[in-house]
Amino acid sequence: MTSFVQPVGLDEACEAKAAEPDLVPLAGGTDVMVELNFRRARPHGLLDLTRVPELREWSVSDGCWLRLGAGVSYARIIKELGGHAPALATASRTVGSPQIRNRGTVGGNLGTSSPAGDALPPLLATGSTVELVSVRGNRLVRIEDFFTGPKENVLLPDELVAAVWLPVGRGPQQFSKVGPRNAMVIAVAALATALDGESRRVGVGLGALAPRPIRAVEAEDFASWALDWDGGSGIHADVAARFGALVAGACAPIDDVRGSSAYRRHAVAVLAARSLRWAWQEYRKDKSCG
Amino acid sequence: MTATWAGQRARPGTVGTGTIRADAIPKSRGDFAFSSDLYADGMLWGATVRSRYPYARIKSIDFSAAAVMSGVRCVLTHHDVPGRNRFGLEIRDQPVLADDAVRYVGEPVAVVAADHPEIARRAAEAVAVEYERLDALTDPRLALSGVGPDLHDGGNVVAHHRIRKGSAEPAADVVVRGVYHVGTQDQAFLGPESCLAIPALDGGVELYCSTQWLHIDQDQLADVLSLPLDKVRLTLSGVGGAFGGREDLSVQAHACLLALRTGRPIKMVYDREESFFGHVHRHPARLEYEHGASADGCLVYVRARILLDGGAYASTSRAVASNAGCFACGPYEVPNVSVDSYAVYTNNPPCGAMRGFGAVQSCFGYESQMDKLAAELGLDPVEVRLRNAVGTGSAMATGQRIDGPAPVAELLRRVRDMEPPAPADSSTCDDVLMPGGAANTTHGEGVRRGVGYGVSVKNICKSLGYDDYGTARVRLSISGGEPVAEVHTAAAEVGQGLTTVQAQIVRTELGVRQVVVVPADTRVGDAGTSSASRQTWISGGAVRAACEAVRDRVLRIAAATLGAELSELWLADECVRSERTATDVPLAELLGSTNVDETRVFRHRQTFPLDPETGQGDGHVAFAFAAHRAVVDVDTELGLVRVVEIACAEDVGRAMNPPAVEGQMHGGIAQGLGLALMEEVQVVDGYIQNPSFTDYLIPTTLDMPPVRLSILEIPRDDSPYGLTGVGEPALLSCPAAVVAAIRDACGIDITRIPVRPEIIAGCA
Amino acid sequence: MRLSCTVNGQRRDIDVCPAESLLFALRERMGLPGTKNACEQGECGSCTVYLDGVAVCACLIAAGQAEGGDVVTVEGLADDEGPHPVQQAFAESGAVQCGFCTPGLIVAVHDVLSHSPRPTDAAIREALAGNLCRCTGYEKIFDAVRSAAVRMSAEGKRR
Repeated sequence: MTSFVQPVGLDEACEAKAAEPDLVPLAGGTDVMVELNFRRARPHGLLDLTRVPELREWSVSDGCWLRLGAGVSYARIIKELGGHAPALATASRTVGSPQIRNRGTVGGNLGTSSPAGDALPPLLATGSTVELVSVRGNRLVRIEDFFTGPKENVLLPDELVAAVWLPVGRGPQQFSKVGPRNAMVIAVAALATALDGESRRVGVGLGALAPRPIRAVEAEDFASWALDWDGGSGIHADVAARFGALVAGACAPIDDVRGSSAYRRHAVAVLAARSLRWAWQEYRKDKSCG
Repeated sequence: MTATWAGQRARPGTVGTGTIRADAIPKSRGDFAFSSDLYADGMLWGATVRSRYPYARIKSIDFSAAAVMSGVRCVLTHHDVPGRNRFGLEIRDQPVLADDAVRYVGEPVAVVAADHPEIARRAAEAVAVEYERLDALTDPRLALSGVGPDLHDGGNVVAHHRIRKGSAEPAADVVVRGVYHVGTQDQAFLGPESCLAIPALDGGVELYCSTQWLHIDQDQLADVLSLPLDKVRLTLSGVGGAFGGREDLSVQAHACLLALRTGRPIKMVYDREESFFGHVHRHPARLEYEHGASADGCLVYVRARILLDGGAYASTSRAVASNAGCFACGPYEVPNVSVDSYAVYTNNPPCGAMRGFGAVQSCFGYESQMDKLAAELGLDPVEVRLRNAVGTGSAMATGQRIDGPAPVAELLRRVRDMEPPAPADSSTCDDVLMPGGAANTTHGEGVRRGVGYGVSVKNICKSLGYDDYGTARVRLSISGGEPVAEVHTAAAEVGQGLTTVQAQIVRTELGVRQVVVVPADTRVGDAGTSSASRQTWISGGAVRAACEAVRDRVLRIAAATLGAELSELWLADECVRSERTATDVPLAELLGSTNVDETRVFRHRQTFPLDPETGQGDGHVAFAFAAHRAVVDVDTELGLVRVVEIACAEDVGRAMNPPAVEGQMHGGIAQGLGLALMEEVQVVDGYIQNPSFTDYLIPTTLDMPPVRLSILEIPRDDSPYGLTGVGEPALLSCPAAVVAAIRDACGIDITRIPVRPEIIAGCA
Repeated sequence: MRLSCTVNGQRRDIDVCPAESLLFALRERMGLPGTKNACEQGECGSCTVYLDGVAVCACLIAAGQAEGGDVVTVEGLADDEGPHPVQQAFAESGAVQCGFCTPGLIVAVHDVLSHSPRPTDAAIREALAGNLCRCTGYEKIFDAVRSAAVRMSAEGKRR
């Protein structure tokens, strides 16, 4: 390895990436350093993004959108953003350990684009948008267009993830994840559900259930249609089950050491039904409270 | 014999008192030197070239590219092994560096020394080994049936032990059958394999390493290096856990070879991934059982056929298979027994010692059967166990009469009668304590509680006629006007607290306050292994014997000096006390510059090999027993488990250092819980699929429940202070109890551990 | 590359390779082997240190990322008065067996108690879920945390 570049501003970071597109962006190190420690990767150089202040900021504009800098740690998301991004905050709490959450970032999850990245289902469920930056300028990519395959995405060699934009205040959200250990576990199946009371839509994001993080569009359509948005009556068992089945149907999971494809489908169906109920209960409660 | 006068026992730091480990503060400050922390001027780093195939002939090894890399000092292959290129604990069948063939993925083929660890690893990657792949034998059932290549001379059956007792055709009112599987568990000690080998001026080598048994390493290394024993000198370094995984050689021979070749100190440290290939694992097992019982639930017979996959080399497979067989019936009276236990060679990773040593696998089988029998008879699971529990005077399956304490029924009653934990309540229970932990998988949906029991037995100390002994040297001298006792053994402190117990024994026996435990090394006689729950008994016995010899000499000196009768003198409070004259002579005054130095060897009573046809005989020194009750909450839909509480009762004979005994029990329970729920080295066609802590999961703080212990102290009459070994029993029946509780919660049969969520959720 | 940082209050200037971990730099270049190397992938917590006041896995920090930083390792927690109360509590509670996980746990517990002086049992479990221990089953570690919490509030601790 020849270079270790430490920009102190976003422009400088973009210039470095443009000059040396082989530089591997490094923030919390939870993915990159493991590759290096085990000699699975020997990158040309590292681009340390931890000193770029712009990446560590978040803001809410017009009360509608949360712009979350790519370098905000999971620990801060849990502490600061439980109200604006409840599913993401819940997901953040399931990321690794406190030490990992102190360093790991959503930008890292996006950059790595592992199908099992814990932060990704909430971004999909809420219909978030990824903001990419380069010396050529900024561009916005819808989250469902961002991932192109297992650990593959639309990032161009000179681009960095600058931020992610999440809609806020639309309604209750849930995140759940299944793994064979009660902590410190990579998802065998993960699901985020987001209710948008205004547009009367249900969003569903799935992790570890397909070659890339995906939405469950049919299930979203079904739930959006089936929920009694006006009356606010409870969810019939058939509706929850149907929703679960549609979510499972959206998956294309693999068999691996962490779990079987059959189990992944089963588990996500269970989780989907449960989380729709939880989100709906909360929605009804909020509604009745006015 | 033992210093007996009252008051002495209660003094701090003596036997039976809660004693803080001397190494606890250094370990807490980061000042304690583990073998991976060692450093020597001019040292080089070693790295290992490993086989990529489960079975292949080595056609050539080309290390020319590696050898010319900048910073690379040497590359060694089997051609460079000066002595016998084989090691092994029971059979020396394992190459130090593979010669004609490799027999498992990860087998060492060459070693490299370089200035920097990264260069060494890159050089290892640059060694080109040309293989001719051979059809791998990875199914132990095929290996047993004789299908496939012979991986070693003499065929693939490493061990077959038979036990035949009573009638061959017993009649029973009820019969239950089952086939059970136990997955491959890893010791997963936190400190990966590491050592520092320093070439010595006399042509020998000084090796600082982590091991469970210095002298057996020395013995094997001397043969490998073609050096006399006195030129292979080992010192124990800080050991980051062992659990059986450090009985076999790993880095030791390679580092010594490199040190002797380069004339430079060599450090070797495995990373976590390499560690999964660098030591043996717990044998995976297939257990076929048939239990017959009378209508009132008394066992009539047990038939069992146990197959252990030993992997590519023998390691301790023979003894593990023997243990699995000997304890296949559990702590129960069984008049008619037919057990066959086997270990076979395959091209899977080698398996050997791990805490519980064969008795863990069997326990999952027989305890599952006892629950099945209880269900069949409509009996309470504890009741059916109580009806069959052995006691003192009972015969084990091997015909051996239990002459020591065997409070099996009492242990069961104790765990049964403990207050049950509060019922699950998602509204009051913190969400992280629900199945699924912090991952928000249930708010109570699908969660059912279950309770399960297990009880177990295992031998303590080595068995079957093995001449098992320990050596200790104790030296009493005066330093700075104070008596100081120095105790020196080769017994390995692996975390269990042995050095503390040694010091406690010296304080108890000699009544001195200052005790120095000298680092374990091979300058003193053999201590045997820190395994089989034996070291406190054996090396503790040797320390006590050496203390007695020291005390005897001190009193003789005093008798001569004071003109007193030996029988009227005592050693107490750092004085020699005369009963008759009621005078105290301080040791400092009495001994002056005289050192009293005694070495003693301690042996437990003799054991005997079992009859090869019937498996009958007095093969064991002692039996230890433990009982568990597990309470679990199971999310039956998702298959996720949260263990709510484990209760464990164990007879320890004498709690030498009570907090350390508790610590051993807690740790054993955690490993048992891991085996029940999550720990498995997954091997497919000979390849380990999960050699990392990302995918080999051990219990975290959110997986371990509160543990409730009940410790009995029924003294033995054949061990020092009446103690019995405590290293293993608390693990043995923990998996069985956890699985029984899961069955109780969700009503499904579970025949394999670790239990995967798939199985519980019914979608395997 | 050159790395300048503060470690346990001392200014250090050393040569490192950019891609090596802070863990490697501490252990092999600065002579501070107290921080342990058990998994190198952030799964075990044995290498927990403070970087700029935040508890992190040193194996996941590139050495260069510590440039200008303030690193505190387990070796830096005791002072002239003796071991830190957390260290004392670990020793006295029987929370140390083989001790390989201990340095990381000491730092992690130090961190927990500095944010939350009297954590609940559930909070302790969640906060320490990233520190694997293979010997103790954690029970006596929890005892040590509770004991340290009492000591520290009694001493009005500092640090």
